[in-house]
Amino acid sequence: MTDPHPVTATRTPVQFDTDELVINMGPQHPSTHGVLRLILRLDGERVVDADVVIGYLHRGIEKLSESRDWTQIVLLTDRMDYVAAATNNLGYCETVEKLMGLEVPRRAQYIRTVLAELQRLASHLVWLGTHAMDIGAVTVFLYCLRERELVLDLFEEYCGARLTYNSRRVGGLPADLPVGWDRKVREFCDIVDQKIVDYEQLLTQNRIWLERTRDIGVISGADAIAMGFCGPPLRASGVMRDVRKDEPYAAYEEFAFDIPVGAAGDTYDRYLVRLEEFKQSTRIIRQALDGMPEGPVMGKVPRLIKPPAGETYHAIESPKGEIGFFIASDGKSLSPYRFRVRPPSFCNLQVLPKLVRGHLVADVVALIGTIDIVLGEVDR
Amino acid sequence: MIETLVVPLVKIAVLLVGILTAVAYLVLLERKVQAWVQVRLGPMRVGPHGLLQPVADVIKLIIKEDITPARADRWVYTLAPIIVLVPALVVFAVIPFGPETNVFGIRMPLHVADINVGLLYIVSIASLGIYGTILGGWASNSKYPLLASLRASAQLVSYEVAVTMTLVSMILMAGSLSMVEIVESQQARGLWFVFAQPLAFFIYFVGGLAETNRAPFDLPEAEQELTGGFHTEYSGIRFALFFLAEYANMIVIAAVATTLFFGGWLRPFPSVAALGLLDIVPGWIWFLLKTFVLLYVFLWVRATLPRYRYDQLMRLGWKVLIPLAIANVIVTAIAVVVL
Amino acid sequence: MEPAEPPVPPSALPKPAPKPPAPKAEAKAPPAPPGPPDQAPPDDLARPDYLAPLEQACPGGVSQVSYWVGDWTLIVPRDRLVEVATWLRDTPESRFDFCSDLTAVDWPPRAERFDLVYCLYSVPHRRRVRLKVRLKDGEAAPSVTGIWPAANWFEREVFDMFGIRFDGHPDLRRILMPDDWQGHPQRKDYPLEGPGELLLEDPLEWLKLRNAAREAEFE
Repeated sequence: MTDPHPVTATRTPVQFDTDELVINMGPQHPSTHGVLRLILRLDGERVVDADVVIGYLHRGIEKLSESRDWTQIVLLTDRMDYVAAATNNLGYCETVEKLMGLEVPRRAQYIRTVLAELQRLASHLVWLGTHAMDIGAVTVFLYCLRERELVLDLFEEYCGARLTYNSRRVGGLPADLPVGWDRKVREFCDIVDQKIVDYEQLLTQNRIWLERTRDIGVISGADAIAMGFCGPPLRASGVMRDVRKDEPYAAYEEFAFDIPVGAAGDTYDRYLVRLEEFKQSTRIIRQALDGMPEGPVMGKVPRLIKPPAGETYHAIESPKGEIGFFIASDGKSLSPYRFRVRPPSFCNLQVLPKLVRGHLVADVVALIGTIDIVLGEVDR
Repeated sequence: MIETLVVPLVKIAVLLVGILTAVAYLVLLERKVQAWVQVRLGPMRVGPHGLLQPVADVIKLIIKEDITPARADRWVYTLAPIIVLVPALVVFAVIPFGPETNVFGIRMPLHVADINVGLLYIVSIASLGIYGTILGGWASNSKYPLLASLRASAQLVSYEVAVTMTLVSMILMAGSLSMVEIVESQQARGLWFVFAQPLAFFIYFVGGLAETNRAPFDLPEAEQELTGGFHTEYSGIRFALFFLAEYANMIVIAAVATTLFFGGWLRPFPSVAALGLLDIVPGWIWFLLKTFVLLYVFLWVRATLPRYRYDQLMRLGWKVLIPLAIANVIVTAIAVVVL
Repeated sequence: MEPAEPPVPPSALPKPAPKPPAPKAEAKAPPAPPGPPDQAPPDDLARPDYLAPLEQACPGGVSQVSYWVGDWTLIVPRDRLVEVATWLRDTPESRFDFCSDLTAVDWPPRAERFDLVYCLYSVPHRRRVRLKVRLKDGEAAPSVTGIWPAANWFEREVFDMFGIRFDGHPDLRRILMPDDWQGHPQRKDYPLEGPGELLLEDPLEWLKLRNAAREAEFE
């Protein structure tokens, strides 16, 4: 019998060409939360390596601040983490107050705390919505934005702006609370507490949600500290670290609240930690409203803000993590000599390549969501 | 002459127009249902409550620029949407919308063709569409569509097995492959098969969600991951064809489920004579009503659930649904023989 | 399937070279300060407990201790940085295991014009310290990525913004600015006013506009 297909001398054994597939994710991609660009090296759908490219939103805020006076910079800080602008304002103002040794009236401290926690609620709502949408639960996104609208309404009533508030001044606050505002905040807290239950019903025990988030992007506590993880992701890895407790600022020392801590350090724990933070935030807000002291909201501030020569670093807990300001003043000019922000999103994003390695493309999306970045802050 | 040529042609024309309209309004329904679930209003601008939105959509899709990516395989790129759409439409030929009815004095059955291997025809034709998906993803010469089309093919092949297995158990129940006879068998037993075969229906429904790329199995078009899926590069009328085929497929799945599990054109509880009053409603209305309810569930699921991941989807298909389906076939076979 | 394409650099557009600073503008600027004051701690203030063991373990590792508005700063010679940093991270009484920030400040007239600032935090002890390393222009600093992996991007940013190189950094590339950018924006001598697009399109028009602006400023 003759072989109908004789093996010729030129025929080489079949070899499968298994190239890695390089995929550009972003900067225009629906779920990179802005202009983040990931260069993914894929083996099939599995991520072999990832390179993070940032800087598309770089506006030189640090450099710009060196030619703005101390009051104008409050505005610039709004533009960093635009989902949590009020927190950035607070961090900056406190740093300058620390440099100048200013006293802030107690009422202002309380209001600042309320605003910061409202902002945390708003930021976490955006996070929950976008994170859920990345995993495919579109409805949660709209529910979360519905509640966030209420926070924006509250801010609008307080300072007139809905996104970039410019809501703090060095030494205090621009305005006292509007009449009846605290009642609305209380109503809002009740609504949020109630809606959290809804979100939990939609997600927490959902089989698909569990499968998509459990054991995804696991990072141990020691690794998380070494890699500079901060905020809820760090706490989800079991590290008890919250600037509000460890280095209290504003009026946090006076309130009772718990710091939720995870155990596994996976996406699901990060989700649970943030959900618990919702409840703790409303708890803080209620306490602050109950104990709201009377008095002025603006401390004694020199007409010209001009800190003495020196430098300092001050950090507060933004919804994303530890946001720190390193400010050097030369004591002569009307603007900071050096203005540096330690952006929590930037530090958390740094861990992303480590988290995504070995996971599937679909998980990359979930992991970008879970570390909760805002590109305005990453790139400044 | 009239019986052999005109009537079938008229039927086909009516069916085509009906399906295309149904698809257009299914899209609107989907947007509306999602909007209501998500405390929104949905389309409201075009016509009262957005009722003319499908017309606007169609006009938009037709007059949009039809772009072919620079290094795409032109022929295949153009062919792919057609390959996807044609099977989705052809399948409707064997779906019986109602019993024999008098239409304008002519007595005719409400289906285009009753072939004795109807179910087999549906299974084989419907799975042809996947070629279009693969070719479209491949011909776009772009990475995301390629990934998506690979996902789609793997997904469809896996779930096809489970779905076909459930169909086998239905064939065992009815003793026929003809769609009409399956309905008649349900009439004879006075029982919708969904009550006899709830597991088969469940597997069929989940498999149907997966085969039509619906949430929570909408991986091939996972917008958040793959920026749109296998039709990322498509625009204009060619994109519209993909879109049309997807929704037509949904209707097919729902219509087949109605025929197999919900007694086709039969009224609820066909054996209970006390409900004879319900017979006033023509059969085709019952059929459309049941199909509509099933479609509504499709949309409802989409608004509620997150998305599975690729490997989890495969695990669910191969490790859960297929064994269940096979077990179901065996149990059904034994039951049919013994009883 | 085609072979995978290599990743393109983030910005394919070449950026115009920044204009060298006009000498006139430099003359007008007030004399820059010689550097941060680095105030010595008051005598009656208790020094942090890790300081004495540190000086014992690394003699000469801390050249100066400063205290200002509650922050302790240790000024460390460049070649002792890794040693001091490793000690601070590993010793139980300090345990500065969290590198919360790393940045630089440019003080041009000074010979050692750059201050590298390391903001450290100890999670177990809940306290902070800052390390400061002074560098001349063109001098490279030792990388601390081996001690705190978190420093990776911070060092890239300092390199991007100040042009300070880090010896032993695994991947020292620009991070915020495009790869082909020229100059380092956070340096104090970086021109604040670039040539702009008009200069490329129509140089004569640009010159006219600039002269008009100068005249207006003069009047």
